Amino acid sequence: MALDEKAIQERVSAFLAEHDPTGDRLEFLRARFDAGLAWVHFPEGLGGLGAPRELQNVVERELADTPQITPGVQTIGLGMAAPTILTFGTDEQRKRFLRPLWTGEEIWCQLFSEPGAGSDLATLGTRAVRDGDEWVVDGQKVWTSGAHHSRWAILVARTDVDVPKHRGLTYFVCDMHAPGVEVRPLRQITGEAEFNEVFLTGVRLDDSLRLGEVGDGWRVAQTTLMNERVAIGGAPVRRGGGMVGLVAETWRARPELRTHDLHQRLLRLWVEAEVTRLAGTRLREQLSAGQPGPEGSGMKLSFATLNQALSGLDLEMRGEEGLTYDDWSFRRSDSVDFFGRGPGYRYLRAKGNSIEGGTSEILRNIVAERVLGLPSEPRVDKDVPWKDLPR
Amino acid sequence: MTLLYTEVEEELRASVRDLLADRCGPDAVLKRVESATPYDMDLWKTLSREIGVAGLLVPEEYGGAGASAREVAVVLEELGRSVAPVPFLTSAVLATKALLQAGEKNLIQELASGETTAALAVSMVASPYRPLPETVTVTDGRLLNGEVRAVAGADVADVLLVPVGTALYAVRAENVRVDVVPSLDLTRPIATVTFSDTPGEAIGAFDARRVLSFGAGLLASEQLGVAEWCLSTTLSYIKERHQFARPVGSFQAIKHRMADLWLDVVRARAAARNAADLLAADSGPDASHDAEAVQGRELAAAVATSWCSEVAVHVAEESVQLHGGIGMTWEHPLHLYLKRAKSTEIALGSPGAHRDALAALADLPGPA
Repeated sequence: MALDEKAIQERVSAFLAEHDPTGDRLEFLRARFDAGLAWVHFPEGLGGLGAPRELQNVVERELADTPQITPGVQTIGLGMAAPTILTFGTDEQRKRFLRPLWTGEEIWCQLFSEPGAGSDLATLGTRAVRDGDEWVVDGQKVWTSGAHHSRWAILVARTDVDVPKHRGLTYFVCDMHAPGVEVRPLRQITGEAEFNEVFLTGVRLDDSLRLGEVGDGWRVAQTTLMNERVAIGGAPVRRGGGMVGLVAETWRARPELRTHDLHQRLLRLWVEAEVTRLAGTRLREQLSAGQPGPEGSGMKLSFATLNQALSGLDLEMRGEEGLTYDDWSFRRSDSVDFFGRGPGYRYLRAKGNSIEGGTSEILRNIVAERVLGLPSEPRVDKDVPWKDLPR
Repeated sequence: MTLLYTEVEEELRASVRDLLADRCGPDAVLKRVESATPYDMDLWKTLSREIGVAGLLVPEEYGGAGASAREVAVVLEELGRSVAPVPFLTSAVLATKALLQAGEKNLIQELASGETTAALAVSMVASPYRPLPETVTVTDGRLLNGEVRAVAGADVADVLLVPVGTALYAVRAENVRVDVVPSLDLTRPIATVTFSDTPGEAIGAFDARRVLSFGAGLLASEQLGVAEWCLSTTLSYIKERHQFARPVGSFQAIKHRMADLWLDVVRARAAARNAADLLAADSGPDASHDAEAVQGRELAAAVATSWCSEVAVHVAEESVQLHGGIGMTWEHPLHLYLKRAKSTEIALGSPGAHRDALAALADLPGPA
């Protein structure tokens, strides 16, 4: 019998009766995972109860005043690694990785993009060569957020150079503490280092760290990427909230900055933010009514365009202040913080919104081909072995 | 509340769509609008008699369906998809809303059955946010003089509802001069209505802002229908049309434009649904009229109209371009959609007028 809201509430009450939320935070989180109250739609024994996904909201509400996980640094683990491990991992891998991933004892990062393989990810060249029960990995990855405090990474590497690019990839869990893994901060347009370059030199990974079959890495990666876009485009906002809210607040507080031109542009963007918000709400309604719509692919695209236009308007509106910047120091940051930084940072950081997690151009291709059913561009590299591709 | 369509709404859509597919294909519309009687009153009677569209907004006690703005919006989407030349927006939405709001009880029963058709004698470009121009006067409390230009649905109306100040007058069409002018939108022609010592009956109060904002918010659904037809028709065309030995729809330059149009339409649907959903709370006996509810409805209507107006025009313009030469001909029905889209953009408040209204509604004041 499927669990309903009442049953979940009873589970939470029973759990709270046995575990004191004012005690040790980590012990509490571990116990919450073991009680199946981490992500209720996961299977029993793996932090869930096999319940409908929307019941997670009930759990979050009931446990709102207890110790929480830290979603910022855990984004990649929760949003990408976990669903992939759940779908493609062995029982041993699921048991080994999911609990510390959820509690935050082990942070995850993602070793996908390379300097020569961004939008065309399947062309990546990091090699993994089999050596008995181990794989030896060599190559370079880039845009790796959080690599400097990660315990594990999800890694896609090339295991066969003689077949076309999509067919020669294999998916691994990479031990970030293994010898040969070197993480270097990558200074960005904002001045800080949110991302890293990761150099992999003779890194030895046990075959038990392989996720899915040899040569099936592209299919496994699709699961990860799909979940990434849901994570990026999916957050609900209130009307007039988010980036448009920041601009509107300044607008209201400082009448001396207002001009007719800025007013017209602000009203236009406010409308666009509102219709985008409504489309997001409608998408979530469709999902919970069991009608998964194709609208999801478009949400990230909309937010990228909007964030860039709004953050640009914000700077322009501030006049002299728009010429200043809050902090150029070269420092590490754990996560993107639009709200804790100044307007200059927001303007510069928003430029990444149309590049990270699939460029806007790639997302338009996805909409055109998978939603609208338009023919794909001719693929010149489709049947060419990876080793013969021009690079 | 929900932004999705209910089962009842989908059933209503299916009946309207089936009937329009039979009776109102592009060839039929083209033939009709080139004739002396552009409005298809046979189709209108059938829609009213068989599906009851004329009385959707009218409470059951007055012979209507007692439905809400949500169902009306679904009908408008379908009528937009076929640029149907029927007086639904003018009679069953604008005139009916004016009568309901005035508390009228007799005429509304005639309208509900579809036997009588009415038009609200205001210019199609009247904005909800400005006072109506005072071009009609009343003497002796019953004789109307003056003219109103650009009235849609006037040439097929049996009754004209004429706002004079804050009062609403009903006038029988046989006493009124209606001059149809050549209209940009062939499927919703406009006319000049002239009153000269025309007897009228005062039937109640008229609140222009409320009626026109309601109409504008629902017009967004018609615009959504226009945009959807253009998008899907263009999509089929660019999959079939070959140039340079490839379907033109396989070129990235075209695909990206289509993806952007699709995204605009997805957001138009959400905005139009939201407006219909909130406006639904402005009909029926339980309608809430506290300031916050009214402001919420006006805001949703302004957002939906300003967005959907521009999206419909943009999608129609892009569709003409993507059809190439054929898009510029009278042979292809696309021109009817572009003409409807552009005319509707100007109707019941331009997109800019609706955005300006948001300055107050969303607390984004302009420069002093």
